[in-house]
Amino acid sequence: MNANDYLQLALYLVALLLLAKPLGDYMALVFADAPNRVTRLGARVERGIYRACGIAADEDMGWKRYALAMLCFNMLGLLAVYALQRLQPWLPLNPQHMAAVSPDSAVNTAISFATNTNWQGYGGESTMSYLTQMLGLGVQNFLSAATGIAILMAVIRGFVRHSAKGLGNFWVDLVRSTLYVLLPLSLLLSIVLVSQGVVQNLRPFAEVPVVQASSYTEAVKDEAGKPRMAAAGHEVTHAVPVATQTLPMGPAASQIAIKQLGTNGGGFFNVNSAHPYENPTPLSDFLEVLAILLIPAGLCLTFGRMVGDRRQGWALLAAMLVIFVPLLLACTAAEQAGNPALHGLAVDQHASALQAGGNMEGKEVRFGIVGSARWAVATSAASNGSVNSMHDSYTPLGGLVPMWLIQLGEVIFGGVGSGLYGMLAFAVVAVFIAGLMVGRTPEYLGKKIEAYEMKMASLTVLLPCVLVVIGTAIAVMAPAGVAGVANPGAHGFSEVLYALSSASNNNGSAFAGLSANTPFWNVLLGVCMFLARFPLAIAMLALAGSLAAKRHVPATAGTLPTHTPLFVTLLACVVVVVGALTFLPALALGPIADYLGSMR
Amino acid sequence: MAKLLRQSLLMLLLLTAATGVAYPLLVTGLAQGLFPAQANGSLVLEHGGAVGSRLIGQSFTDPRYFWGRPSATSPMPYNAAASGGSNLGPNNPALVAAVRQRIAALRAADPGNTAPVPVDLVTASGSGLDPQISPAAAQYQVARVARLRGLSPAAVQALVRAHTAGRTWGVLGEPRVDVLELNLALDHLSTR
Repeated sequence: MNANDYLQLALYLVALLLLAKPLGDYMALVFADAPNRVTRLGARVERGIYRACGIAADEDMGWKRYALAMLCFNMLGLLAVYALQRLQPWLPLNPQHMAAVSPDSAVNTAISFATNTNWQGYGGESTMSYLTQMLGLGVQNFLSAATGIAILMAVIRGFVRHSAKGLGNFWVDLVRSTLYVLLPLSLLLSIVLVSQGVVQNLRPFAEVPVVQASSYTEAVKDEAGKPRMAAAGHEVTHAVPVATQTLPMGPAASQIAIKQLGTNGGGFFNVNSAHPYENPTPLSDFLEVLAILLIPAGLCLTFGRMVGDRRQGWALLAAMLVIFVPLLLACTAAEQAGNPALHGLAVDQHASALQAGGNMEGKEVRFGIVGSARWAVATSAASNGSVNSMHDSYTPLGGLVPMWLIQLGEVIFGGVGSGLYGMLAFAVVAVFIAGLMVGRTPEYLGKKIEAYEMKMASLTVLLPCVLVVIGTAIAVMAPAGVAGVANPGAHGFSEVLYALSSASNNNGSAFAGLSANTPFWNVLLGVCMFLARFPLAIAMLALAGSLAAKRHVPATAGTLPTHTPLFVTLLACVVVVVGALTFLPALALGPIADYLGSMR
Repeated sequence: MAKLLRQSLLMLLLLTAATGVAYPLLVTGLAQGLFPAQANGSLVLEHGGAVGSRLIGQSFTDPRYFWGRPSATSPMPYNAAASGGSNLGPNNPALVAAVRQRIAALRAADPGNTAPVPVDLVTASGSGLDPQISPAAAQYQVARVARLRGLSPAAVQALVRAHTAGRTWGVLGEPRVDVLELNLALDHLSTR
């Protein structure tokens, strides 16, 4: 790694922290109980929405009521995405005449976008109409993110309130997330992205002549669609001339802004943010990768303000960075070192003033190694899942980093809202472990942590782990699961493990060689995505409901302070130990075996 | 429960109108007003018609042109209607075989050039549509293009320089050369 690599990484972290603080403070005002200068701005719009929907905005919901409203709203959204995909040939804004999406793929995609996973079994530019992109996928980008933030706010109120029944109002949290946070930021980002060259229109695809005409050979098919065989036993082929190039179009910028900000990650085009129309320049790349972590980082500081002790927010952010930064450096270094398999060939993989060098398979020249690795680590730390390079072609160790970050439970920043409430579950586990060591009833933020809280926190921490491990076992035992694998050997197992890790932690990125648009994979991954989202959210709401009902315990000399470097270290260790103990055996069969194979 | 369903449905409709209709249409309007060229695909216009997009690469296999990144799109390279990478793992023998074959093709087009090939010229891009190559990959091809077109290497170097972009603000991204625009400029130079 050269000086510019370090500079680009440092610039990223500095920009993130500089922006996270004001955003965190702003969001604390947005979700404050008392009216303030921010919430007064949109008060009339808000009131109009609540009145139109017949909602009593002042209703303080208990955790069960809050969870029910969240579930009901999300299930309807899921159905809407399914219906749009199935009905798109008969609906407007379909200039490319996209056909109806198959039922299993449509279910998978509907779950994927409603759960903020945005796993994509399809290719956007060859599957979805503009209407489906806007009304289905784009809307869920907003609403799944807003749902995550809303649940987090309810969880925070569980810590803040005492001897209380309610956790706030789901509708108010949902509307405020959308109106005050997600919409303005997306509007701003999308316009800047357009200025860089991200397309934004409703036109049909453009046909342009190519400078150098060429042709490709294609098998001749008979009436039944089977390749026609010559007498000698080989396929009959013919040359197809290529004189034009079809350029995809569509309302991409508006969707890309929210898919980055809302940790959604579902690309408008098949190759996501590697596509030049989705991420055309180094500046668009910097802003998009910044947008991945912006709200999750800001929410840590919002948390600190809302619990009345900013140090608590900084402590959680510090614990995330303690894990994030070393992995960022590790991934970049592994990719910059290049692919040993090409060492014997006449290939120059060294970085110089004239080239980035390194392992460039699956990467774009404008991003080079550092821009690609930075994105891979950010997108897997957050549960974003968009990609600007193909993780499947990463070196074994370079690819291990994003896979393991996902397996850590999407709590190193994690999804908007969901990442922080996941991290709070880990914090509860951490104070419990500390309590065991000294023989005291653990407390966190003035609340006693007892058996019920521990059950809910453990459920939140362990359910995704179980889904990954059991799901991978099922997939590698089923012929239909193994059928999708593209690469031979240990790397093929990595593809399966990555897919299950991604779905079971609501990330959405892939080792994309895996052919996952089959009924088996669509159903398996759909189940994992669903179970990783809603049961966890309900468990955290139950935990918050129990905490809110408790009395506040004043801190004493025996209380473990949770804003100190000691606690930051403890918390980071708990996250790493759970992730390492659970996944080391599986990782040994995948990326680690792959790495040892490359050493021969 | 019926009341909750009604509230959810109305809320979904209202928020869909805001985030799925008003928002993308507002962005489209602003984009078309402020940055129409970018919003419509950054097309390269010549003689009133589009000859490509400056953001989307095209396939070049003629040794008289600068070649771009290998592309793994199907059924032909640089198929912009179906973007895609190779997704070959680093140890996959198919990747090594593909790289070998690309080195052989480059050497066959330029016998005598035994310099090691810059890695981006023999590895497939992530999108399959990468419009750019590294300056090293352009340098590797300058002598060949100049010879086959009967141009002086200095003239070709000047064109390469004119189509090279440095890091944004000296920091972000990587230096790169636009292949399509460079080749268009070459054609203009040759026909003049």
